[in-house]
Amino acid sequence: MKYLDEYRDGDIAAKLVERIRRVQTKPWVIMEVCGGQTHSIVKNGIDHLLPKGVELVHGPGCPVCVTPLEMIDKAHAIARRPDVVFCSFGDMLRVPGSNGDLFSIKSQGGDVRVVYSPIDCLKIAKANPDRQIVFFAIGFETTAPANAMLAWQARATGMTNVSLLVSHVLVPPAIEAILSSPQNRVQGFLGPGHVCAVVGYREYEPLAGRFHVPIVVTGFEPLDILEGVLMVIEQLEQGRAEVENQYSRVLDRGGNRPAQDLIGKVFEVSDRKWRGVGNIPGSGFQLRDEFREFDAEHRFSVETIDTMEPPVCIAGQILQGIKKPHDCPAFGTECTPQHPLGATMVSAEGACAAYYAYGRHLTDADLVTIGANGK
Amino acid sequence: MCLAIPGRVVETFLQNGMRMARVQFGGVTRDACLDYVPETTVGEYVLVHVGFAISRVDEKEAHRTYQALAELDQLTELEAPIVDEPSGGAA
Repeated sequence: MKYLDEYRDGDIAAKLVERIRRVQTKPWVIMEVCGGQTHSIVKNGIDHLLPKGVELVHGPGCPVCVTPLEMIDKAHAIARRPDVVFCSFGDMLRVPGSNGDLFSIKSQGGDVRVVYSPIDCLKIAKANPDRQIVFFAIGFETTAPANAMLAWQARATGMTNVSLLVSHVLVPPAIEAILSSPQNRVQGFLGPGHVCAVVGYREYEPLAGRFHVPIVVTGFEPLDILEGVLMVIEQLEQGRAEVENQYSRVLDRGGNRPAQDLIGKVFEVSDRKWRGVGNIPGSGFQLRDEFREFDAEHRFSVETIDTMEPPVCIAGQILQGIKKPHDCPAFGTECTPQHPLGATMVSAEGACAAYYAYGRHLTDADLVTIGANGK
Repeated sequence: MCLAIPGRVVETFLQNGMRMARVQFGGVTRDACLDYVPETTVGEYVLVHVGFAISRVDEKEAHRTYQALAELDQLTELEAPIVDEPSGGAA
């Protein structure tokens, strides 16, 4: 607790906001990539602290949100099999597929288990030699070392009853897709801190150069975000477009090399579909050929399932920073965290769910009423 | 779910060929793999994501990040059930 005050210090925040005000002469649109940053911004009202000309838009960095519906339906088809123990991170359990979610499959008798770590599946596999253990390997680069280790260990120890349903996504190709869109509004990025703790930020340098956008790798705490915004705006105002590191107390340019080594041995880059956005070339990982026998899609040959997103949902445009939750007519009415219609409402890190959680679906009249109880 | 949680390494051991640690996060202790930060020793702080230490941090950073995660309600992954080694039976 003794460390908290200096970082929550309102004076430091006020000084950073004042510096942003002094530096900024033109309107700028900045995207935070990471869902944890989005959550922090909305919870702490950071976007409301910034001068009017500085707009924060929310990026695609919520792995639960962007896992495509087809893959969720495949997961459900596998989880329903009586010979399968289906293991997942807890966040995926209430994500709706075309027909229910993993919770409902569990309540109907499916063996669905929440695991803390992918390597817990190794223990479950040893204890259940007659059953197939399938892990739903989702995530961005931060999670790839853990998922890679599951495949690596399963092969090293000759486990025949473990496989991975892989739906891995990567940040730099998503940034490239956003910047390449004719509708793009984003002029600078707060890069994702914990993703870069694994992979470093070298890969971001060609993007900054090619699209002439500043990218500042940033933490997720309020003062980190304010400092990241200041660093981006300084670059924009000076006409610079570089990759800078606000989060040097946690990561360096090279990232975690042992983790990168194992990722490279287990996974290779592949095209991936992002929920709400569509296919982005080279934007994910798949298991290398040597690990194909551990690929659940291969092992269970699940057919491709046709899915349809509700036409009212604008999650794809929100994930690309083109629109905000309030621009959607279904936000907070038809679409809520209890009944999500699309990607950005399905996880607390999605922009719509964060806006909803912190009362941004309420009208001024609602706020006055709630205000009596201290809002 | 891309955020890593800081904790203090209280013990290290080998399991299934991996270098593992008991890591203390506030009041919760969980196992984490140290293979990606092999130089880590007992008493140090690491950032742990889904059971894997991905970076070492100092104590000050660890405390601060932990508090920030608690405020964002981002510590729930630590509540996932503990899976025992098979000799003790599966969860």
